[in-house]
Amino acid sequence: MKIADQNWNLGPLGRHIWRGRIGAAELSAFARSVKDEGGQLIALWGSDDRHLAPLSLEGRGAGGEGGGFSIHAAFITAAGLAWVSAELSVETPAYPDLAVIFPQACRMQRAAYDLLGIRAEGAVDDRKWLRHGAWSAESFPLRKDFSSEVVRELEACRSQLPPLTSIPGGDAYPFIRVEGDGPHEIPVGPIHAGVIEPGHFRFSIIGDRVLKLEQRLGYTHKGTEKRFEGMDLTTGAKLAGRVSGDSHSAYAWAYCMAVETATGCEVPERALWLRALFLEIERIANHLGDLGYLGNDVALSFGFMQFWRLKEDLLRLTQRLFGHRYLFDRIVPGGVAADLTDGSELLALADRLEPEVQELKAIYDEHATLQDRMANTGIVAPSLAARLGLTGMAGRASAQAWDARVQFPQPPYDRLEVNMSTHRRGDVLARAEVRFAEVYESLRLIRELVRGMPAGDLCAEVRLPETVAEGIGWVEGWRGEIVVAVRIGADGRLDRVHPHDPSWQNWPLLEVGILGNIVPDFPLINKSFNLSYSGQDL
Amino acid sequence: MATHLILKKIFKTGIVSEPAPAPGDGMRTRMQELQADILKVFGRALAIRHVDAGSCNGCELEIHALNGPQYNIEGLGIKFAASPRHVDVLLVTGPVSRNLETALKRTYDATPEPKWVVAMGDCGCNGGIFGESYASCGKISNVIPVDVEVPGCPPDPVTLLQGILAAVSGGR
Repeated sequence: MKIADQNWNLGPLGRHIWRGRIGAAELSAFARSVKDEGGQLIALWGSDDRHLAPLSLEGRGAGGEGGGFSIHAAFITAAGLAWVSAELSVETPAYPDLAVIFPQACRMQRAAYDLLGIRAEGAVDDRKWLRHGAWSAESFPLRKDFSSEVVRELEACRSQLPPLTSIPGGDAYPFIRVEGDGPHEIPVGPIHAGVIEPGHFRFSIIGDRVLKLEQRLGYTHKGTEKRFEGMDLTTGAKLAGRVSGDSHSAYAWAYCMAVETATGCEVPERALWLRALFLEIERIANHLGDLGYLGNDVALSFGFMQFWRLKEDLLRLTQRLFGHRYLFDRIVPGGVAADLTDGSELLALADRLEPEVQELKAIYDEHATLQDRMANTGIVAPSLAARLGLTGMAGRASAQAWDARVQFPQPPYDRLEVNMSTHRRGDVLARAEVRFAEVYESLRLIRELVRGMPAGDLCAEVRLPETVAEGIGWVEGWRGEIVVAVRIGADGRLDRVHPHDPSWQNWPLLEVGILGNIVPDFPLINKSFNLSYSGQDL
Repeated sequence: MATHLILKKIFKTGIVSEPAPAPGDGMRTRMQELQADILKVFGRALAIRHVDAGSCNGCELEIHALNGPQYNIEGLGIKFAASPRHVDVLLVTGPVSRNLETALKRTYDATPEPKWVVAMGDCGCNGGIFGESYASCGKISNVIPVDVEVPGCPPDPVTLLQGILAAVSGGR
């Protein structure tokens, strides 16, 4: 496979998906050639391969790891998704820092160290990221020999509140401070004022203006990746869907795509169409909810009530048709677990939602206060978005024209000709506009999917591989691209699963988007991105 | 112009709020030490602090839905407050991540008596799919006392409302 005039030894692993192994020393050169042709890094993770004998890896799709640790990275290139891995030695597991080329690698590299003890050599920022005080700096949970003895017994949880100083391993975290006369700090969280996930925001301000925002996340780290280890493939789909509940269908589909690649499973066409239907319902539900909250956050509670009325109508119909308001566990390895017998109600709802959303958009467009609060607020300029790797819906609002459904469509999207919506302003209003446009487009897609759905089976059998096998799934969720990499062990159980949320790339851009804005606009700016904590904390 | 459009839409939409469900007494985990006179004072004017102790954010979707017009939780006199010092009920979701354990305990301690804790979702009730691990303390009652457990993944808004009402309606 050729990237920016250089030949790399990458082979196809799926439609628009490429796989290869390179030496750790070549990682930087590879990343640079991706960058040169306008690509991006979208995920970076590690794995412990010491238990794999190199010889056992002759099977399908397996790359030949074994004996040491590996660093993995997924890039988006002109040819699609490129998943490359490099082997690292057991004694000094290290690889060259990629954050100098792709800044979005920074937090992923720090997390890879916290979980596996593999180090990015030469990285400027090597502070811990996902590790707070729950395990010590000398132990690494995703190593296969991680001892749970280092974990406090639950009895200790039930005891009285420990003084902060007695937290094992210490929870101290060196924030970067703004110094000099005048600035002061506002610490917010981990428990926030609204109904929202936990995280810590440290504002440095002068008056009401934000000079700097630093995030500290990881509070919902619940050991998701470790939990996958040893799971059967069916239960794995349930856990994948719960990496970030608001993107359930996207995660479940990406996970299943990975498993189906690894096992050579041919998914029935009807199942793929139903998966796309679920994904578009999920996209509309989330966009409607956020458009409501954007109204709420500029004191237009009318907007909240109207959009949530529409969202609830959609959720109730989803419950009636498919048995779950958020379609949990409806995508399973090999296909789907719910069928559409009569699409007329869905078509009727789509026909009703569209004019109602248009009506509400006309009100948002006319509303002077709303426009005043949203326009020119929380700007991420296109050049900065490109440099720092802003992705997904928020990326498209800053002129980053990537949408896997458009450029690299998996079936059935290759038959649907999805229209991408982009903006150049990169402010709160642009992100709202992109959401409106995507609601209309998804309503169109739902009609196409319902009308054109092919007949056939709902699920194919997944045959367990006899050797170690791997696969990767790539789905454009409502927030951005969801990538799930899977390795199945020779025993037919999950050996290593890495789910990647686009929030990894986009959280740091929120730190940038808030600069120069006033503190009271933070909730609005934050909601316009609506990033996942659980998806990045894992 | 916007005001005209808003009023038109409001009148066209009408009132979509639905009646509240009965309390789900079966979700109580223990006899509540409630006196009739406390209940009289409280009535159903109730303030709730939500704490996400490590959830996947699925449960949060349904808490948001409760604020929507169909369920209209504020119409029942129940509202979500920003500080644990201002509330009667903690609504806790998720398996308790070890990274949030201390913050959850502090929130509990900051909530004035009398107080009730509602554990929401399968993870909150029994650890769910995440269970107990190096990073997760499992169910909420492993960390703070729990009065009502609302199962489901996630529990739908009606079930959640039944659980909240069960917490404050005592054993009557």
